[in-house]
Amino acid sequence: MTDDGWFANCEPGDVDGAAVAVRDGSASEPADWPARAVDAGFAPDEDAYYDALHEATVAAARAEAVERERADDQQLVHAVRAMDDCARTANELAERAAEWAGALFDVSGGGVDLAARVAERDAETPAEERAISLAERVVELDAEAEDLRGFIEQQAPTVAPNLASMAGPVLAARLVSLAGSLETLAKKPSGTVQVLGAEDALFAHLRGRASSPKHGIIYTHEYVRGTHPEHRGSAARALAGKLSIAARIDHYSGEPKPEIEAELDDRIATIRARTGDELPDDAGGDDGGAGE
Amino acid sequence: MTDAPAPEDATLPEGLARRDFGDGETLATQGSPVGPEATDGDWRAWDASRSKLAATYAVGLDPGLTADATVLYLGAAAGTTASHVADVAGATYAVEFAPRPVRDLCRVADDRDRLFPLLADARKPESYAHVVEADCDLLVQDVATRGQADVALRNRRFLADDGRLALAIKARSEDVTDDPSDVFDAVLADLREGYEVLETASLEPYHDDHLAVVARPH
Ligand SMILES: C[S@@+](CC[C@H](N)C(=O)[O-])C[C@H]1O[C@@H](n2cnc3c(N)ncnc32)[C@H](O)[C@@H]1O
Repeated sequence: MTDDGWFANCEPGDVDGAAVAVRDGSASEPADWPARAVDAGFAPDEDAYYDALHEATVAAARAEAVERERADDQQLVHAVRAMDDCARTANELAERAAEWAGALFDVSGGGVDLAARVAERDAETPAEERAISLAERVVELDAEAEDLRGFIEQQAPTVAPNLASMAGPVLAARLVSLAGSLETLAKKPSGTVQVLGAEDALFAHLRGRASSPKHGIIYTHEYVRGTHPEHRGSAARALAGKLSIAARIDHYSGEPKPEIEAELDDRIATIRARTGDELPDDAGGDDGGAGE
Repeated sequence: MTDAPAPEDATLPEGLARRDFGDGETLATQGSPVGPEATDGDWRAWDASRSKLAATYAVGLDPGLTADATVLYLGAAAGTTASHVADVAGATYAVEFAPRPVRDLCRVADDRDRLFPLLADARKPESYAHVVEADCDLLVQDVATRGQADVALRNRRFLADDGRLALAIKARSEDVTDDPSDVFDAVLADLREGYEVLETASLEPYHDDHLAVVARPH
């Protein structure tokens, strides 16, 4: 840390250099920088100093905000992938743990629930110790998945407020993850957003082996899943259209625009009204969505 | 706000006025508009329910904003309040650490050549002490984060000896479960390590569970 002002090594007129100095610099104590800059010959007078400072601070803040936001969407991508890995691994290991526990103890059932019960037991033999320890790992992995979900729920609304509000934070994070970043998601046509996550089905279709997929991961949204199968294609198209717009607004401006969500709500109501849709049995789910 | 307490008639500095935008009197400043707000010519309504500093005036405290004051503003968010401050005062340094609102803050600063946005953490004053000048006249703090007294103490170094701190304490940021008045007492006690507290007032009905504090360094 130096005791110099931001302008110490700046050429007058070099805005980029000045912005870097503002961003990366530091000082232990403030000083009368305007007077010092004038004394040092950086600026002819205080007004000129403030003009240069204005240019430098706005450029620095703008560039850093964009950079930091990019970095934030990547944290979301890591988090949602890690959450899925933890949940999947917890389920796989739970099966193994259940099989082992079933051989040692008088227990029934399976999954993380069983693992949680096994983890409570006291081991009496080395084998029991291992089986119980394995069950504990299952419980921990499952808890980690939940914590990751909490992080996503908290983070997605800052990274992509409109998308998170319309899709729900977890689905928003999945879409960003499938696209790779908020920027690439924002640049995809809505037809692509509609089938993101259905790549396998899409390839099968392109090879002539299946009908074209009507939806990818957005299937988890209540507006698709909760719409009568006959109209799911329309619902998926409407949803994907609005989600693409949301992703673009989030990437380019970040301002909340509740009217788009309202338009989507209307559109879905219209689609569902066509047959007086009742929700089919499999409606609702765990991935969050506007309806939850 | 129609049933708000009548503002005490603290004399307002140059650049700040009370005007009627069709919905009773509110504070107003002159400058280019920011977001959805009532305007009248180049006067912009400064809404007490959207700004803790405007509410500080509305409940009868004088935060010490003056024309040509040099101001350090902590927790600028998208710049709603900072824009009014910059339209009244002189050099205004606006610190905000969340990247998203900083984009808006930059747009607000585009129209204001003495508003300097800084993407920085107010708990780390060294990270902007090479930019923000010493002897500021006013330190405005609205950070809504844990450790609000600590932030004010760390940033005391930017204030002139006769400068003012205008702080809005949000009780829930310190502790969601504690009684707000206990939280306020604790924050004020910490604050007194570096400041003499001149006035305090609740910001109800404009902002729930917020206390406005005007203080000076000692
Ligand atoms: C209540 S908002 C401020 C609203 C703003 N003063 C206005 O009236 O327009 C609080 C802001 O403080 C910011 N904040 C919280 N902790 C901070 C810190 N340590 N450093 C800088 N900003 C912080 C938050 O990101 C948020 O934008």
